[in-house]
Formats: sequence, C-alpha cells, structure tokens
Amino acid sequence: MEYEAVIGLEVHVQVKADSKIFARCGAGFGHGPNELADPVVLGLPGALPVMNKKALDGIIKAGLALGCTIPDVSKWDRKNYFYPDSPNNYQITQYDQPICDGGEVEIELPGASRNIMGEHRKVKLTRIHLENDVGKLTHFSSDSLVDYNRAGTSLMEIVSEPDMHSGEEAFAFLTSIRQIMVYCGISDCDMEKGQMRADANISVRPKGQKALGERIELKNLNSITGVKNGIEYEIRRQTSELKKGRTITQATWRWDAELGVTEEMRKKENAHDYRYFPDPDLMPVRVDDEWRNRLRAEIPELPYEKQRRYFEEFDLPYTITSVIVPDRELAEYFEEAANLAPKKAQAIGNLVVNDLLREVSEVGIALSESKIRPPHILSLVEVVEKGTITKNIAKEVFVEMFKSGETAEEVIERKGLKPDFDDSQVKTWCEEAIAENPKPVESFKAGNDKALNSLKGQVMKKSRGKANPQLVDGIIRDLLA
Amino acid sequence: MSDKPKIDIDYISNLARVALSEEEKAAYSKDLSSILGYVEKLNELDTDGIEPMAHPYPVYNVWREDKVESKMSPEKAMENAPASRQNMVIVPKVVE
Repeated sequence: MEYEAVIGLEVHVQVKADSKIFARCGAGFGHGPNELADPVVLGLPGALPVMNKKALDGIIKAGLALGCTIPDVSKWDRKNYFYPDSPNNYQITQYDQPICDGGEVEIELPGASRNIMGEHRKVKLTRIHLENDVGKLTHFSSDSLVDYNRAGTSLMEIVSEPDMHSGEEAFAFLTSIRQIMVYCGISDCDMEKGQMRADANISVRPKGQKALGERIELKNLNSITGVKNGIEYEIRRQTSELKKGRTITQATWRWDAELGVTEEMRKKENAHDYRYFPDPDLMPVRVDDEWRNRLRAEIPELPYEKQRRYFEEFDLPYTITSVIVPDRELAEYFEEAANLAPKKAQAIGNLVVNDLLREVSEVGIALSESKIRPPHILSLVEVVEKGTITKNIAKEVFVEMFKSGETAEEVIERKGLKPDFDDSQVKTWCEEAIAENPKPVESFKAGNDKALNSLKGQVMKKSRGKANPQLVDGIIRDLLA
Repeated sequence: MSDKPKIDIDYISNLARVALSEEEKAAYSKDLSSILGYVEKLNELDTDGIEPMAHPYPVYNVWREDKVESKMSPEKAMENAPASRQNMVIVPKVVE
C-alpha cells in the first residue's frame, strides 16, 4: 500500500520591538541573565500589562502580507498552566478571536537542479495570533535555572492548515515566511537567536484515504534544515510502523539533530486543560480600515512578486533571481543599477551575484558598507560591452573598484589596462597566430569550429589579455574565410 | 440546571497544584459547588440577540508606544526567588 504524509506547522516568530509586548522593559537577545525583567514580566502582585502598539502593527502587517483577514475585534485570553518558564502561571494569548484569520503562504519547491525553478504553490493558513513569549530554562544535573529575558517578548504564532506533504514543502514554507517577515521588517527570524521556532504536526495515512492518521507533534526543530530532516525522518518512521501493521499513538516527540532521530517525549493521554478565559487586565483590540490601510501601504513588493517582475522586466534567469530576490537589500541594490540601464540588467545581475557577493563575503562587510555603488556596477558593464576591456580583465578591475571605490574607467586609466594598441595591431597578431599554428587552422578549415579557440588564445596571449575577444574572433574568421 | 453541580475536587486541586486533606476536599467541594450554582443563575437570563463581550467596559485599544521605560537590576529581580545562582532562579529539575 502507498502512504502519504500530512503536515501542519506552528511557526513562532518574535516581532521586532524595543520593549516587550505587555511590559515596558527592554526586549532582545544576548543580554546577561534576567537583565530584561520588570514587575510585569515577573508577574509580581499588582503589576498590570499594557499592550505594545508596535507588536500589534507587526502582526497586522504580517497578516496582510500573508493574505489573512484582519477581524474588527480581537481579544486576549489566559492559557493556564504551571511551568517555571512562565512566572504568571498563565500565558497571555488569543484563544477564539485572533488578530489574523486564514491566509496563505506562497512557497517555491526545489527544481530538478539548482538552476531550474521548482513548482510554486500556496499553503493555507488557519490563523495568526499574538502572545507573550516564555522564559528560558537551562537544565543541570540536579536543578534547572530560569532566565526571564525572553519572557514577555512579542511572539506571533503562525498556524498552517494540515496542507503540506513533505519535509521539502515544510522547508519551503519556513523559508518563505522568513523572507516575507524580513522583507516587511517585522522580524529578523534568526532561528539561532530563537526569533523563529517551529513545531510540526505530522501524520501518515494510506493514499486516497480522507481521514487523517493519528498525529505526532514534533518539537525541538531548531533550524530550517532541522525541520526538513526531522519531518522526513518522522514520515519514514510512521510509514514503516504502519506497514508493519502497528498503530501510531498521538504523542509529542522531539527531533535529535545530532543523532538524526526522533524520540518520544510524552504521551498525549492527559490532554492539557488550559482553562482559557478572557484576560480581565487587557482591553480588546479594535482594528479599522484606516489602520489596515496604513499598514498595507508599508508592505513592500514580496519576494516572489519581485522574482516574477524580474523575469518579465529584466529577462533575468532564475540563477540570478534566486540569489538576488531572497535578500531585499541586494535586490534593491541590483534594481538601482538595472533601472539605469534596463537592457543591461543581465550583465549587471551577473556582476552582483558573482563578483560583488564574492568580494563582500571575502572581506566580510555588509553590502551597505561596500564602496561600489550601483552606478559603479553599470560603469563596468559598459566598458566591457564597448569592448574597452575583456571580461577577464573586468574581474581584475572589479576587485580594484571594490577596494578603492573608483569607477571602472578610473581603474582602467590608473592601471593602464586600456589596450595600448589599435585594431590593426590585433589583425597582425591574428595573422601571426595563423601562420604559427597550422594544425588548428587545418582543423578549423575541416569544420571543427572549436579549433578557433586555440588561435584566439594565442592572440589573447600576444595582447597580454587586453584584446577584445569578439574582435579577435571576427578577424580570424575573416582571415580564414 | 441542577441544584448540585458536579465538582471533581481531585482534578481541580491537581490543576491548581494544591494538596488538600480529605476534610478540605469535602469543604471545598461544597464551597465550589455553591459558587458554580450561583454563577449558573446567569443561565436564567435571556441572552438572545446580545453579543458576547470580553470585558465589562466598552473600551478598546489601550496601549503604549514601543519605548523602554522600565528597568530592574537582575539582583533586584532575584530578591523574590527562594534560591538563585548566576542571577537565575533555581527551580527543581524540570525536563519536558
């Protein structure tokens, strides 16, 4: 029998803000233990929560970017449970009236190879709600230590429908969410800093069966690759259990990235009784069109929309868009140059993807610190197109430009890279090359076009790499015609 | 509506993490049942056509701008903890 997996993801994303969601103290990563606490975070008697407007703006913007409905009214509920990471003994969250309903996330699946774009599809969302993050526990041999720095951080929970079927789709889903959140400036989604976390619900059923199988909740998926690997492992495990005639029991499992296996954490027999009820300390949120429209206007062109436009407007290949588009800053940089000369967009894209990114990463600086600005890129594209310098020399020029911040012309002038000979000299070199190399000449005349390359190589050598290859090609062909 | 709503006192005391003696269980069962009975009076009201509300006051959007306006030293934050180490609260080992 054939089986298929059904996967739903719960993605937690911290909303970037200076202060916490209900407390006035600072929020962030990398501080000393309990430096970001105050009476509200610690749940001290009499402390009252007050909403942070920026957290609301963040989630509404996220919802609008993901096509959610933003209901007029949403409210806050208490989810009651005892755990040391939550000093109030309840989490403020949203139970039945979340800020965002529905929605969908466009994902891009891997293509047949890295150079080929894979299928695009939309994964349905159930909802997105806002809640306060919990503290962090560190376990030791005989006790555990609690740091409340993370507690009270604004946290969105993006809940998907059971609408994915493979680890690859889950990977693409998280990648897309992360790109959109970063594009919109809602979150940096750094999983190493806990700014984005994911749990997966995974079940397997015989292909064709409508009803879902018993599901396993998989936790501890600490990276996007971890999500993919953990889910793939769990699908294989459940499928093999079912094939052996065993049943799956609803439970929570964890992914062990080091061992590359999943293991059971706890059974679901005692379903938690969270006793949700409306939080009496917080007033509901009312959203009107003016608010929705203001945030909608702040949403930039999203990555996949941008990719489609780059295909159309600039005729860029996927090999370039797939590198440029995921990084908004890089895309804006490219576009600034491409808009100066839309017809040269491909050559500009190539320089950005190959030379610029290489130099930036080698030197280890941010793109914004690069001395080469978009007009510089265009200056280099133009001198290559005019045939002033060859592509090979252009690479050298680029490195110089990157160091000094000069334009291509300035570098060429300073380093004397301009050809110090005229076209008739090139013709002489071509004639010499033909006279000195009878074998390739013969071979070319016999119909082997590739033989021309060795002649061209000789001419390039004579010109110390400065001759324009197209010119050389044309002259040799004329001479041998 | 029954006069004696059912209270599972063991379940509730476990949820509240409160250990009760047998006498206390009997006493709290009675008290909680009478509270539930009192609240059930609400069911006598006709609420057809009345929108549910999350809060008794019709006030919305009570918020503040995103500014850091409160700070507490880790030492101060630890003052209420029964035990602490490296500015963190010590709790019994909990592994989920």
